[in-house]
Amino acid sequence: MKMLATAELSPDMTSQARRVGPPILKVEHLSREFGGVLAIGDLSFTIAAGDIHSIIGPNGAGKTTLFNLVTGVYKPSGGRVLFDGADVSGMAPYRLAARGMSRTFQNLQIFFNMTALENVMVGRHLHLNTRLLPALFRFPSLVRKDREARDRAVQLMTEVGLEKYVDADAASMPYGALKRLEIARALASEPKLLLLDEPAAGLNATESREIDEVIKTVAATGVTIVLVEHDMKMVMGISHRITALNQGRMLAEGTPQEVAANPDVIAAYLGAAP
Amino acid sequence: MNALLHGRLTGLLALGAVIAVLPAFLPNNFYLDIAILAGFNAVVCVGLNLLIGYAGQISLGHAGFFGIGAYASGVLVGSYGWPPVLALLAGAVFVGLLAFLVAKPILRLKGHYLAMATLGIGIIVSIVLRTESGLTGGPDGMMVEPFKIFGVELYGEKVWYWVVGVLLVGVVWLSLNLIDSPMGRALRAVHGSEVAAEVVGVDTARFKVLVFVLSAVFASVAGSLFAHYAGLITPAKADFFKSIELVTMVVFGGMASTFGAVVGAVVLTLLPQALTIFQDYQQIVLGGILMATMVFMPKGLLPTLAALFPARRRA
Repeated sequence: MKMLATAELSPDMTSQARRVGPPILKVEHLSREFGGVLAIGDLSFTIAAGDIHSIIGPNGAGKTTLFNLVTGVYKPSGGRVLFDGADVSGMAPYRLAARGMSRTFQNLQIFFNMTALENVMVGRHLHLNTRLLPALFRFPSLVRKDREARDRAVQLMTEVGLEKYVDADAASMPYGALKRLEIARALASEPKLLLLDEPAAGLNATESREIDEVIKTVAATGVTIVLVEHDMKMVMGISHRITALNQGRMLAEGTPQEVAANPDVIAAYLGAAP
Repeated sequence: MNALLHGRLTGLLALGAVIAVLPAFLPNNFYLDIAILAGFNAVVCVGLNLLIGYAGQISLGHAGFFGIGAYASGVLVGSYGWPPVLALLAGAVFVGLLAFLVAKPILRLKGHYLAMATLGIGIIVSIVLRTESGLTGGPDGMMVEPFKIFGVELYGEKVWYWVVGVLLVGVVWLSLNLIDSPMGRALRAVHGSEVAAEVVGVDTARFKVLVFVLSAVFASVAGSLFAHYAGLITPAKADFFKSIELVTMVVFGGMASTFGAVVGAVVLTLLPQALTIFQDYQQIVLGGILMATMVFMPKGLLPTLAALFPARRRA
């Protein structure tokens, strides 16, 4: 299969010199069923700090369910999720955010009732004074920190290439820009672990490459990235490790070359060889 | 930032100016009375708009909180001799606690279910006020003593007009401050997408409860002062129809617009007065106007008008 060709792997990914960081996320025997149907079954894997770790698999493999389990949107039926060494299974998303985990969504979850900048500023929530009385009476300290948050949000929007949308209403922005807006908003919370659910879905080739650059830049700042993506060129190009799922179970795990060469993975994508 | 601050101050100054010059155009106490009623409604609507317009939750029971505030003042001052200020505060604290207790379970509900649950609360309050006649005077209502503070008695439309005017400017100021703060953005984020708000650290349940309590307390304070002003309160002020009227004012004026809520309250308080020339057909005409508004300007009066002008406005 051409799309998995080794030639498309970037050189720094193929070198063995890269040091593997300590585990930041551990999934142990995780399972989740919906009315008797197993979406995720006995899944265990580890994600090392500093990695770009991709989760791949055919449609219905359980990738988004896995994201929802890890980020607390769903509660697991069994097994554990360990984040930074602590058991966080079924913990509410806002608590996980406070511990340094954030995410984007496959189907956009934008605050369409706000401006683009305000969307990103909501991402600063954990770093601001969110109590009632200082807000009602506009304490000077709150106003000052709010101004800093605004500057930071503008900076983040510039980093993901949205500088021309700073004053735009989110509802007036094109799809590709909204994808980046979600990334900027998640980054505003200063996560240690960022989960990106199909950031390139629905984008054209140019836009995909730009998202690619954004992800690499973010990873270079030390943020661990978990990526669900169907764009194999992107996955093979930027991932340090890949976990392949099929029907809610682990199919293969390893470096991009190992996974690309795995016969089970090829069979799952193209159908079993005769 | 500067423009925003500018916008907020301009709006407040405009509101203050209108309130300041309005009495010069009102020929007698009858008109002043309508202005005062509009002011009370506006105070409740500004609070309710925080809940409905900004946080995206619904309440069909806010007249109940207004009623509890009104009766707390009536009963505590009239039957127990409390100072009016203390009675007002006690009513507000009680309403705050009640709203807090009911908010936790009911704000887990969404859409129609939340509407039904808040409707239920309003109806329970209204039934209690009607049936506990030993305390509340039953369906006939009760007389309320005038508001006294530091030995000064607030009496007459002229005095109350200024009291309500200052209260409204204060409430609008608080509301504008809140919306342009981290908590205000969190509230709007809850409206926009709860799950997206959660993953950047917003405890959505907490903020929904907070805004519900806050808007209930606004209603209670307005209710207490209204009771002293009117001198007579009846359970009708706390019933289902009053709650619907309040929601209609918010939606009509423009959701997620503080000045819209004020305009909605004022217009819908005046409209029935202006429509008395239609006599028996007044309700039909009123209903027709509301339907036409919702069809032709679904965003509400003020945002629709603001969109007609090229300059960006934040109300």
